[in-house]
Amino acid sequence: MAEVEKTIEIAVLRYRPEKDTKPVSQTFEVPFTDDMSVLQGVQYIKDYLDGSLSFRWSCRMAICGSCGMMLNGEPKLACSTFLREYYPGTLQIEALKHFPIEKDLVIDASDFIDKLGSITPYIVPAEPRSVEQGEYLQTPAQKAQYDQFSACINCMLCYAACPQYGLSTNFTGPGILALLHRYNADSRDGARETRMEIVNSEEGVWGCTLVGYCSEVCPKEVDPAKAVNLNKVNSTMDYFLRFFASGKGAGK
Amino acid sequence: MVYLLSIKRFGYNQQKSSLTYPLETVTTDLVIIGGGGAGLRAAIAAAESDRSLPITLLSKVYPMRSHTVAAEGGAAAVTQEHDSLDYHFDDTVAGGDWLCEQGVVEYFVNHAHRELVQMEHWGCPWSRRENGRVNVRSFGGMKIDRTWFAADKTGFHMLHTLFQTSIRYPSIHRLDEHFCCDLVVEDDRVQGAVTIEIASGQFVFIQARAAIIATGGAGRVFRQNTNGGIVTGDGMALAYRHGVPLRDMEFMQFHPTCMPSTGLLFTEACRGEGGFLLNKDGYRYLQDYGLGPAEPSPRNKAMELGPRDRLSQAFWHEYQKGNTIEGLHGAYVQLDLRHIGKKKLLERLPQIYEMAVDYQNVDPAESPIPVLPAVHYTMGGIEAGRKTASRLPGLYSVGECSSIGIHGANRLGSNSLTELCVFGKVAGEEAAAFAKSAPLGAAGTLRKLAKEIQQRTESIVSNNGGTERTADLRSEMLKSMEEGCGIYRTGDGMQVTCDKLAELRDRYKRVKVEDTGSAWNTERLLVLELGYQLEVAEAVVHSAIKRKESRGSHQRLDGFEERDDENFLKHSLAFYNGDDAPRIDYSDVSITKSKPDVRAYGAAGEKAEQKNERSDNG
Ligand SMILES: Cc1cc2nc3c(=O)[nH]c(=O)nc-3n(C[C@H](O)[C@H](O)[C@H](O)COP(=O)(O)OP(=O)(O)OC[C@H]3O[C@@H](n4cnc5c(N)ncnc54)[C@H](O)[C@@H]3O)c2cc1C
Ligand code: SF4
Ligand code: FES
Repeated sequence: MAEVEKTIEIAVLRYRPEKDTKPVSQTFEVPFTDDMSVLQGVQYIKDYLDGSLSFRWSCRMAICGSCGMMLNGEPKLACSTFLREYYPGTLQIEALKHFPIEKDLVIDASDFIDKLGSITPYIVPAEPRSVEQGEYLQTPAQKAQYDQFSACINCMLCYAACPQYGLSTNFTGPGILALLHRYNADSRDGARETRMEIVNSEEGVWGCTLVGYCSEVCPKEVDPAKAVNLNKVNSTMDYFLRFFASGKGAGK
Repeated sequence: MVYLLSIKRFGYNQQKSSLTYPLETVTTDLVIIGGGGAGLRAAIAAAESDRSLPITLLSKVYPMRSHTVAAEGGAAAVTQEHDSLDYHFDDTVAGGDWLCEQGVVEYFVNHAHRELVQMEHWGCPWSRRENGRVNVRSFGGMKIDRTWFAADKTGFHMLHTLFQTSIRYPSIHRLDEHFCCDLVVEDDRVQGAVTIEIASGQFVFIQARAAIIATGGAGRVFRQNTNGGIVTGDGMALAYRHGVPLRDMEFMQFHPTCMPSTGLLFTEACRGEGGFLLNKDGYRYLQDYGLGPAEPSPRNKAMELGPRDRLSQAFWHEYQKGNTIEGLHGAYVQLDLRHIGKKKLLERLPQIYEMAVDYQNVDPAESPIPVLPAVHYTMGGIEAGRKTASRLPGLYSVGECSSIGIHGANRLGSNSLTELCVFGKVAGEEAAAFAKSAPLGAAGTLRKLAKEIQQRTESIVSNNGGTERTADLRSEMLKSMEEGCGIYRTGDGMQVTCDKLAELRDRYKRVKVEDTGSAWNTERLLVLELGYQLEVAEAVVHSAIKRKESRGSHQRLDGFEERDDENFLKHSLAFYNGDDAPRIDYSDVSITKSKPDVRAYGAAGEKAEQKNERSDNG
């Protein structure tokens, strides 16, 4: 059964730093079949229409987090979105919103990477244990406390969706706050206090204005908005606890 | 709409679009090329062995994008009371059709559990039992359940755990999105590497006293494969060009259950959880290939849980018999998960569920998934001893790029993630020790060599007058490898592929590059990768054509259908030979406690095991 090949129009926002003073749109006609992803579409452009088009990709299976792009204005993974969804219309592709463009569809991810490094993104053991003593016990219920938040593939779609991050990149942002919560909620970890300083700061959860679009666009159901909300509760509790603690201290 | 434009990373070359920038230099003690599971584990081990040792970790993608991320099923280590290190050893050596380095396998099985516990301490979210202990699942070719897993995203979780843990160590200096184009070898030892900073196009010379290559496999020399775009065999080609042989390259693993067209993987855990393989008549055909009897739930080392090479070969036979189904992207069979039920599928195999629905429009709870075999894993690689050292002083290798000897002629699933941990640690410690004892080379001489590498690389990628399109050369290579060097091979078929690759290597000299910019010029990187791929592909097919026997994943149909221990219980070694085809040589296999025997699975396998145990006792 031979499938009829159709052709879709793809308009890509190009920016070549050595050539363009501002981004310009370029349109390509791309033949496709129903099982072809948007990533395969841009690969076709690079292989056969314009070798200078740049974009990031690797796994092709929505797990490496490389291929986030704006597809008709929505942040999506190109490898798990299909050309057929846009046919017969035009598909407009742009680099992820809110990030500086390095070239074409490649954004500068260094802000995200720096933030990731700044939140103590590893276990600081609550109680020491040597490898010879075997694994820490963690029941499925304990694991469920952080499971969802450990599924983040660092694709940054939620940053492209977040209006707060668009206003100020000081905001720690959804994905990283979810990761922070992942460690805080892990029964093996003992560094919650250090991380709560970030949570409580202006750049932390209080930067969020509850739009919730981050969770909608997340391809891995991490639900960063939930992580932020849980931490608003935690942050409030923290505040009161500290308030009471100091109050008690003063009364003595 | 206002767009933010990044200038900060390439402020120094805003105006220029020519290639000749000055060469930057970074001085370090240990350079690690590759930030996947293997490279990260090595970096952490090196940092832990000496906190003051400067380490540079470079990767052509951000480390958490490395292809370790795609591993689904799990990592093996003897865990249960009724299991034993000997069992794991025997499974691995027999699975590898006796081409394993047995001393190395022994070290591996002994250290596997410890290293997975270490991963647990670092936060890896292993799936648990109700009592809080780590859970294990069954895996193909493993006698006892011993595969640790984190749902069906084991590699993803291991990679992120290692990446995030590596941030704890300030002595690990990362160069993310740096593409390595060569090693600097002087005075008969490795003294650094030359990379391109992808964002800017800037060449950087990293002077070092020792180097670890951890660049992953080479699955992308074949058309249908489960590998990510970055898995192009770069590090193998780098070592090879400097005289280190590539060992056992003819052994490429085909995974029996992949998605037609894209080759994306449906993990073996689908079968571990009870999935069936059906032909066009809905018949569990594996029982016709010495893997039966067909029982309602697959038993370890039988039927659907037989080893990968046997399962992929059975597919080929079913195709010959006309028992497969014709699809848009070729013949396929069916992976049936319906009887597992939606609830358990969503809990145990969520990613698989999602992939089938998104990519194939198939709900695995309702209908079987179309699957076919695709290239999955490179058993061979850079020749390395038990301590990961190569024959070139100062050069170490680990992970899929390396041939340390635990996979032999066929890898058992879930042994390689463990390998990254066990030997990543060894590589980090060994290379760190070497770096500390090696003198710092003469900077001037080394820089001159690095400059030459820069010029050589520039001349390949700035061939404006070129006529050959990269994509054409690449697709001809992929097609030829698939046709001539697939699941079953013949001398004639392989010869055609050898000739084709020679032709492609020649045409490669006239490859055309359209993009003349420097920032994010990924076209150039694709050209350099193609150069690596062509050379690695040559090593594969020339090693294969000379191996006149059938063993593990290397199966011939032209009069060499049997294993031939007399002549070929040997590792093949492919040596780089300039523009000519590689020179093939051989080395001995270390056999310590398991003499080559018949590889038997299913009921026959059990009978053989009982017999062996009786004779062991008697
Ligand atoms: C789909 C899939 C599923 C799998 N499932 C399992 C499983 O369940 N269990 C199991 O044990 N094994 C599994 N495997 C195999 C296993 O995942 C891999 O063998 C292993 O992860 C390889 O790790 P690595 O660190 O060697 O390489 P990779 O993770 O591929 O990392 C390679 C690194 O090298 C870098 N690099 C490469 N070239 C260059 C260059 N020129 N310059 C700079 N940097 C470079 C890359 O950027 C990357 O950081 C699976 C493999 C696949 C493809
Ligand atoms: S939270 Fe979701 S959208 Fe945000 S980076 Fe992580 S995976 Fe991507
Ligand atoms: S290519 Fe990896 S997420 Fe799309």
